[in-house]
Amino acid sequence: MSNLADLAHYTINDNESKMKEFMLLFRLPQQAGEDTVSEEGMKALSKKWENWVGGIAAQGKVVSAGPRLEPVGKVLKNGGVVTDGPFVEVREMLGGFLRIKAASLDEATTLAHGCPAIDQGGTVEVRPIMVYS
Amino acid sequence: MKGLLADLFRREFGKMVAVISRRYGLQYIEIAEDLVSETFLSAAESWQGKGIPANPEAWLYHVASQKVLLYFRRNKILMDKIVPHMRESQEIYEESAEICFTDGNIKDSQLQMLLAVCHPALGSEAQIGLALRVLCGFSIDEIAQAFFTNKETINKRLFRAKERLRSEGITVEPLGDDDVGTRLDNTLHIIYLLFTEGYYSRTRDEILRRDLCREALRLGLMLTEHKRTDVPKANALVALMCFHASRFDARQAGQENMILYDDQDRSKWNQELIYQGMYFLGRSAVGNEISSYHLEARIACCHCYRDDGEEKWQEVLHLYNQLLLVNYSPAVALNRTYALYKAEGRESALLEAEKLQLSGSHFYHMLLGELYIGVNNNKAMEYLRTASTLAGTEAERKHIKRRLEEIIKDGVERRDETVK
Repeated sequence: MSNLADLAHYTINDNESKMKEFMLLFRLPQQAGEDTVSEEGMKALSKKWENWVGGIAAQGKVVSAGPRLEPVGKVLKNGGVVTDGPFVEVREMLGGFLRIKAASLDEATTLAHGCPAIDQGGTVEVRPIMVYS
Repeated sequence: MKGLLADLFRREFGKMVAVISRRYGLQYIEIAEDLVSETFLSAAESWQGKGIPANPEAWLYHVASQKVLLYFRRNKILMDKIVPHMRESQEIYEESAEICFTDGNIKDSQLQMLLAVCHPALGSEAQIGLALRVLCGFSIDEIAQAFFTNKETINKRLFRAKERLRSEGITVEPLGDDDVGTRLDNTLHIIYLLFTEGYYSRTRDEILRRDLCREALRLGLMLTEHKRTDVPKANALVALMCFHASRFDARQAGQENMILYDDQDRSKWNQELIYQGMYFLGRSAVGNEISSYHLEARIACCHCYRDDGEEKWQEVLHLYNQLLLVNYSPAVALNRTYALYKAEGRESALLEAEKLQLSGSHFYHMLLGELYIGVNNNKAMEYLRTASTLAGTEAERKHIKRRLEEIIKDGVERRDETVK
């Protein structure tokens, strides 16, 4: 076959109206910071991420790709306490987020499968985006 | 002489209509069209007897100018209604009586006409139709053929579009910077649609298809020639069109047959257009915005330059991943999945293709059919047969049939090998 670019050109309507929006929050182990991984490793990792997001985008289900977050920062707490982390009480930190659309929480969770964060020893949190009525 | 007149019509009709409409207002666009058409009729009669004048364009401009002036004088519209609304600058060349068909005025008028017909109040089909009629000098017949519909539909569509231009009070006037910005996006989109209509058209008329692409390219170039519309994404769009158009000769085999990318004779790719594409791609690489035209141009560029290896397909996949985030469409999703197959192999592509759910599209079935070859030939054939029943053109059905025959032949050969 052939390069489909020479052929495919048309559009289809999906069930846009039935879709709800969800936020996928990627939490990564803190030690998976950039400095512990080689440049090659980083490249492979970002390709993996990109292709994974691309797979969801190919289904027309990405609303917007959030920015990736640097693995450093500050945390503010009650009483004027400022620390360099940990960012959550556990050993994980927020690595980035992705806004997607899906028919249900279950479907959104299915879409989150295969996320590279999981291979990196992290987690994906799937949260419906609140709708104001 | 018939040939000459047809050429002149295609080339000059739009210019003259643009200049006249700019001077008197878009509400007279139909009159402008009529008067220019009459001018060509006069030319046909007069040149028959007296021979072709030394400078046919000048003859046309002069006669058109006289007809226009006579029309407005006779109707007294000029004095009663138009003059009060005319801009000062227009009143200035009013004194010179003749309508000003200079190169500069033609170019400005056409650009403004382009921005006017791309007014968001009109639907995209109406915009393309109008652009083809008043900017590219296409006949109603040709437009109908390009859209795969009949004359009446196009006539109605154009009539409604012109009504709309009037009722919305859309003018052919220099736009403010903000207006240019918003109007430009729409204009680029219309040029893009015009080009793809030609490039992927269902019509079998090859000349018409090339004309559509050439006109789209011309309108795109027009934008890059004016300071205010010469923005990076306009250049990216022109680059994209150049790269695609470079393969025109290589992809056509007679009226009915389309040669697909893998089988194309690279020596037939038009190098001139590829260089031009590179030039405009270079000009597009400024500023911060990465438009879908930038990404598509870079993909098309990869197909023109890079060897068909894994490295190219990794790059193409990367660009399609980005393109999906900027501008999702089922076509992009399918192309991205095909790139995934070329870059990462059948297995991962099959997994993702199954998730796409674009079963209404024959391209989707073609893709799945292709991915299943060698994995499960029965499934592959099933998908290809479905694709064939859904296919839009004879060329596509032929391609699918060939593919099916190859699978059967390969299967038989493989079985023979095991027997031996």
